[in-house]
Amino acid sequence: MTMALIELRDVTKTYKRDAIEIPVLESVTISVPEGDYLGLMGPSGSGKSTLLNLLAGIDRPTGGSIRIGDTEISTLSERALAAWRARHIGFIFQLYNLIPVLTAFENVELPLLLTSLSKKQRREHVMTALNIVSLADRAAHYPRQLSGGQEQRVAIARAIVTDPTLLLADEPTGDLDAKSAGEVLTLLQRLNTEYKKTIVMVTHDPHAAERATHLLHLEKGTLVEQVGA
Amino acid sequence: MGLIANYNVRSMLVRKGTAAMTAMGIAMVVAVFVMTLAIAQGFRATLVASGSPQNAIVLRKSATSETVSAVMKPEFALIETLPQIARDAQGQPLASPELVVIISRPRISDNQPANVPLRGVGPRAFQVRDSIKFVEGRRFTPGLREINVGKLAVGRFKGLSLGSDVKFGNVIWKVVGVFTADDASFESEVWGDVDLMLNAFQRSGYQSVTIKLTDPSALESLQAAIMGDPRLDFKVEREQDYYDEQSQVMTTVIRVFGTFVTLILSIGAMFGAMNTMYAAVGYRTREIGTLRALGFSRGRIVTAFLAESVMLALIGGVVGCLLALPVHGLSTGTTNMASFSEVAFKFRITPALLAGGMVFAGLMGAAGGLLPAIRAARIPVARALREI
Repeated sequence: MTMALIELRDVTKTYKRDAIEIPVLESVTISVPEGDYLGLMGPSGSGKSTLLNLLAGIDRPTGGSIRIGDTEISTLSERALAAWRARHIGFIFQLYNLIPVLTAFENVELPLLLTSLSKKQRREHVMTALNIVSLADRAAHYPRQLSGGQEQRVAIARAIVTDPTLLLADEPTGDLDAKSAGEVLTLLQRLNTEYKKTIVMVTHDPHAAERATHLLHLEKGTLVEQVGA
Repeated sequence: MGLIANYNVRSMLVRKGTAAMTAMGIAMVVAVFVMTLAIAQGFRATLVASGSPQNAIVLRKSATSETVSAVMKPEFALIETLPQIARDAQGQPLASPELVVIISRPRISDNQPANVPLRGVGPRAFQVRDSIKFVEGRRFTPGLREINVGKLAVGRFKGLSLGSDVKFGNVIWKVVGVFTADDASFESEVWGDVDLMLNAFQRSGYQSVTIKLTDPSALESLQAAIMGDPRLDFKVEREQDYYDEQSQVMTTVIRVFGTFVTLILSIGAMFGAMNTMYAAVGYRTREIGTLRALGFSRGRIVTAFLAESVMLALIGGVVGCLLALPVHGLSTGTTNMASFSEVAFKFRITPALLAGGMVFAGLMGAAGGLLPAIRAARIPVARALREI
């Protein structure tokens, strides 16, 4: 058995609103092996998005440790964390979060600006990523000229263009019709099986959850059960 | 970073109206900045043009300007003989003993009396100052009550046109010629025979002597000759340096005043830019969150927003320079605080001045954009991503 890719130990997260402390995650311990496709489920406010943000290094735990690969990210400085995100994380948002003034191509190119690739190499990477999501012909389109499903696929291309260690998806089908959602889920599954990407996905959608190889349920900030799919 | 620049430009274009207003605010300030400095520049250029590198001016040692200097006739006779002075074909020294008296003439523009410098010059003054050219009439005849008037003075003051009779010093003088002087301050003056002026104004001596040197390099030896003569209590300056000094007080006043006014205006424009950039940060919070989540550091976010603000300001700067350009060459006048007489001059916009305006615009943009850019970078990523 190889070492787990993600190792969360006793992770707690508490938000402070005025003087009141609101616990969001309480003593969460998870270990995710490399190549896994993990679904995180739970009702609103159960802390699943917070957990995903902690994994992405865009939020910090109040306590506990988060190791991803060989990096303990809970102790990284702000600057180091940003550089770490650029190298290791591909994030897929519920609302796609494409930059409206940039074309599909440019949106996908954005994370590559943080690498030392030449313009030509960047171009190749972008086109490869757009090909994987079957949108190479839409490279010059602006987000407003794309359908929701296409926007999400561009966002997925943006997430995979740097070949990150870990793909994180926050309700990736939450804003899509059934057909587009199906396409996005198929794409994610392909990334997991064909390209061996480790994926952690937060979802409400039982159809989405079906595709994951493992499921975790969160309720009121704690893990309640583990279901093998 | 071409992509980020595109991002900035296109984001700016999304809200063209606000961006245009902000740029216009900055444009106005830059226009005022360039125009005021163009006054200082034009004023100085006019005075400096009055001096020639081959000319020297002799003044009483303690005098700060020709109007408070004195050169007695016997002293002039001594100075005239010095070998450093160029001579004309007849062997006469090219030295002009001069006297400046202020006379009052009503301005054409508002009919208010203004001080006009009246310069009495020696018979060979036009050879000493060879930039003088006649556009109408002829030179005055030494010994006759005739005067020549600078072109800018003709246009600015009443009753100085060719053929007019002008009364001052209790006698009537006739205008027989109008001259230009390569934009020098002489164009604002009235010239006549210095010996007749001495009588008309009951003066006993000249004020200064302007000399054409045999060669520009003869200045030092002339200085040595005059300093070495115990009968002569004078200093010698290169004419150019003298006029440069004469412009100092006034250009400093204009510059200080201009800078003060533009600084106050720029505070307004800066807040305008700041407001626009805060709004931009507000509108684009989720974009900022996304960029941060993708791994863009705080530093890059600050740089991007700062660049956007500076870019906006530079557009304003270009517009401001274009707005200011038409005043280039326009003439105006002011009282020279060094001589208390009016000097007409032209607004003068130089490439350096425009560059200064652009730098100023850039600084306003940077100052206005800094706080919003820092705010943009400090928004917690997780929170920024929740913004719609």
